[in-house]
Amino acid sequence: MRKLTRRTILAAAPAAFTLSVPFVARAKDYGPGVTDKEIKIGNTGPYSGPASSYSAVPKAHAAYFKMVNDQGGINGRTVNCLSYDDGYTPPKTVEMVRKLVEQDGVLLTSATLGTPCNSAIWHYMNEKKVPQLFVASGATKWDDPKGHPWTIGWQPNYQSEGRIYATYTLNNKPDGKIGVLYQNDDFGKDYLKGVKDGLGDKASMVIVEASYETTDPTVDSQVVDMKAKGVTVFINCGIPKFAAQAIRKAAEIDWKPLHILSSIGNSVGATLKPAGLDNAKDIVSDFYLKDATDPKWTNDDGFKTWVAFMDKYMPDADKTDAGHTAGYCLAAMTTQVLKQCGDDLTRDGVMKQVANLKGFTIPMLLPGIKANTSATDFAPLKQVQMAKFDGQRWNLFGDLITGAVG
Amino acid sequence: MTTTIPKDDIAVGAATPARRASMRLGNRNLIVAGLVVVAFIVPLFVTSFVTFQLTEVLIYGLAILGLNLLTGFNGQFSLGHSAFYGIGAYTAAILIHNYEVSYLWTLPAAGVVCFVIGFLFGLPALRLQNLYLALATFALATAMPQILKFHALEGWTGGVQGLVVDQPEAPSFLPISDDQWLYYFTLIVVLVMFLCAESLIHSRTGRAIMAIRDNPIAAAAMGINNSLYKTLTFGMSALYTGIAGALGALAIAYVAPDSFTIFLSISLLVGLIIGGNGSIPGCLFGGLFVLYVPNIANALSTGLAGAIYGVILLLVIFVMPAGAAGFVRLATARLSRRQA
Amino acid sequence: MELLLQQVMAGLANGAIYACMALAIVMIFQAIDHLNFAQGEMAMFATFIAWQLMQWGLPYWGAFVISVALSFVAGVLIDRVLFRPVQKAPILSQLVAFIALFSILNSSAGQIWDYTIKSFPTPFGHHPLFGGTLIDTHEAGMIGVTALLLALLYVFFRGTRLGLAMRAAAANPESARLVGIRVGWMTALGWGMAAAIGTVAGILVAPVVFLEPNMMLGVLLYGFAGAVLGGLSSPGGAVLGGFAVGVMENLAGTFIPYVGQELKLTLALVMITVVLMFRPSGLFGRSVVSRV
Repeated sequence: MRKLTRRTILAAAPAAFTLSVPFVARAKDYGPGVTDKEIKIGNTGPYSGPASSYSAVPKAHAAYFKMVNDQGGINGRTVNCLSYDDGYTPPKTVEMVRKLVEQDGVLLTSATLGTPCNSAIWHYMNEKKVPQLFVASGATKWDDPKGHPWTIGWQPNYQSEGRIYATYTLNNKPDGKIGVLYQNDDFGKDYLKGVKDGLGDKASMVIVEASYETTDPTVDSQVVDMKAKGVTVFINCGIPKFAAQAIRKAAEIDWKPLHILSSIGNSVGATLKPAGLDNAKDIVSDFYLKDATDPKWTNDDGFKTWVAFMDKYMPDADKTDAGHTAGYCLAAMTTQVLKQCGDDLTRDGVMKQVANLKGFTIPMLLPGIKANTSATDFAPLKQVQMAKFDGQRWNLFGDLITGAVG
Repeated sequence: MTTTIPKDDIAVGAATPARRASMRLGNRNLIVAGLVVVAFIVPLFVTSFVTFQLTEVLIYGLAILGLNLLTGFNGQFSLGHSAFYGIGAYTAAILIHNYEVSYLWTLPAAGVVCFVIGFLFGLPALRLQNLYLALATFALATAMPQILKFHALEGWTGGVQGLVVDQPEAPSFLPISDDQWLYYFTLIVVLVMFLCAESLIHSRTGRAIMAIRDNPIAAAAMGINNSLYKTLTFGMSALYTGIAGALGALAIAYVAPDSFTIFLSISLLVGLIIGGNGSIPGCLFGGLFVLYVPNIANALSTGLAGAIYGVILLLVIFVMPAGAAGFVRLATARLSRRQA
Repeated sequence: MELLLQQVMAGLANGAIYACMALAIVMIFQAIDHLNFAQGEMAMFATFIAWQLMQWGLPYWGAFVISVALSFVAGVLIDRVLFRPVQKAPILSQLVAFIALFSILNSSAGQIWDYTIKSFPTPFGHHPLFGGTLIDTHEAGMIGVTALLLALLYVFFRGTRLGLAMRAAAANPESARLVGIRVGWMTALGWGMAAAIGTVAGILVAPVVFLEPNMMLGVLLYGFAGAVLGGLSSPGGAVLGGFAVGVMENLAGTFIPYVGQELKLTLALVMITVVLMFRPSGLFGRSVVSRV
């Protein structure tokens, strides 16, 4: 038996490594995970733990690729989408993504969910030069093609939205006193920052910054506090559960501020119905996705396409969960990128096409909103439109607004 | 303490209890030595990903050992060890990120910081028993993410965005990858800490600690300073878990408040119990369990991963109520009874 | 002054939720001498069953009664099937069984009913009480039901033979067996009652916080804190503790500047820990004296 010398170690290492990576086709120049018949991709998501309510996103994302495969795949190749649970804990995300890259040998990750989770793998993905596509998080930092050329976000980021709320307030209630309800984590704080940055030197209009934790049972006390302190503009950045509680409590204590709701919590079915549709009258919000529970879209073609998808591939799922819409759109974007690659299915090729999305539409995006990227612009979706709730449905008004940050 | 045993004695089956005990000890040392050798050569045969996973197993094992010192050997129940793990991790991260300290110094720094905090926490904990202590430690664990996110400390902790840590690089004169280097580094640290724990437990201090667990009144009557030992144990326990946290920060290369929630505390507790409360080697088994079983549950069903994890937990606890260490003890006892 | 009053009332309203939970926690503690971490999840699961029954057309009270009865049976079953095998095991091993139960219930509920919030009806309505905006009818109803439960439990434990038998079984199983009490069944009964009370708590809480699989996590935390603050051996104390936690937390959030909102939970728990340092068995708890 050979001695374990330095030479044998050096010799054994690459062999050991190659043995563990799946065999790669030699015919064409493919990236990892690609053969003539298959493309392997992956992601992580919170299937368990306290953030498990977001599991709708990776679930819909995976179901979309089932549909793509049933329709013949992408350029003749089926998509094998591996999805692992990370419980929304960054250490687990690191482990699972390393598994995807080093053990499963995926070409890219698509729609990995959560800001801290993606922050944990950010450097790794860029060092290993693995595409980290369409991060399911609205943090501003994903739009950084110079510093992190392998990572790209997808949605209008939270800070942009915050600025839009600030602008709306300045235009409609310039003498208002603002109270912001936000979740005490990255996305909540980003919203708050956006609002304050958007107000500029009028940032002192914000007189109450009320945070909540996801473990708080209710946000009633924050709402009561705002009314008592004389807030006249309520910027409600809560997730559906807390946004609904706030809307209901405000009605209960007979408080009628200018109520601006963030896009996270504006679903008719998921937020407004439980809160009481009447209580939600005159609330203003911003949209980039179609609300699946808004009766306005019932006859819309894009909506019907999505409903058909849900009925066939996720029949037991709750259509009121906006996560399903998001997952669908994320998968559609990745599919488009892979389509545009043709046979140039290397990681470099993927990123070339990622920077080459021009006017791409998805059935569930608001009419007029298109995804656009370039070598210096890694924010595919930047536009939103404001809407006002009339007690039954959201009525879009104004023009498409382009987010300013990023 | 091993004595050479004349072959005839074994053949006749006249091995006395003392000889049997020393045989077991000899066997045990052999097994441990064997495992250590295996641990050293394993990275050469597995991928860097598995090496990374094994590094995490060692880290969790060390964290569980910290909890074990407090709960297993001293009888003080703690739901708060995620806080110490987090403090250790953030100490390392802050030193590397803000002050560009070499990763080698972060370990003792994390240890010292956690020892002090653990000791200070142990002082008020003296008055609390069982469930009330559970609540106090629970408060600590819940407070930690909130404190880490607190805006006044954002300049240091990075707030909700967390801190990125540079992964340690292998020294240039060694022909191994960064992952392998981190593994060996962790392995050496963990071995040293485990040996220290073993010698602590088998010393007078260790016996005092265990006496306090078994019968605090008798211990006090024998002249043991309960308060001192209990708070020192809290400090030691925090030190061990804090160093594990620092190693964790190096391995993951990132710290964020969401990584150190009460669920981590519960995982460590589960690992402790499954490995065997009061058993030092059991901690490594606990580490294996904490890392791999959620993966197994996930592989069986992504939607019901939590439920499957729960079922596995129940099965394991039914089969091994005293944890893996208890199971091994039972098995070796039965086997040696048959031999005699 | 108005703000103080409003926050106190809001605190009492929240506190009613915690008090309900605390009562269930203490109930099971009295029966089996340790904490049931899965109490919240059991309550949540039963509340989902009630919701499902109502979706299938049952009226509110029908669903209420059936889900409470079902949870009683489930509690007994869980004790007999799950905890009997680990009874002889060290206490910490039983803790693992609780954690396992928590995991199973939480995950299953999410899989069966999804994670979107669902509104849950209340028999009390959501109208402001006394015309003002301080407290509404449902919140008042919650406080009322909790008080009623407490009274019923008091009567049961102090005034009936069965209650006495249960107390004996929990206090001293060996002696209880010697006088002919079926200790195993007393424990199971305790489990069933705790499960039933938990379900009532869940059904009361759901209209306020909205029904979803993770709704009880925060409530359990605060309920636990309230129970410990009041004293784990005293149901009345636990209820008061729950209210106290609600008020403390609200007042801390509003009136302590700079720190308040972000560190609300931390502050509440720290305050409780401080109280415990001076009264280690809780405010109203009895200190346990054991023979050396």
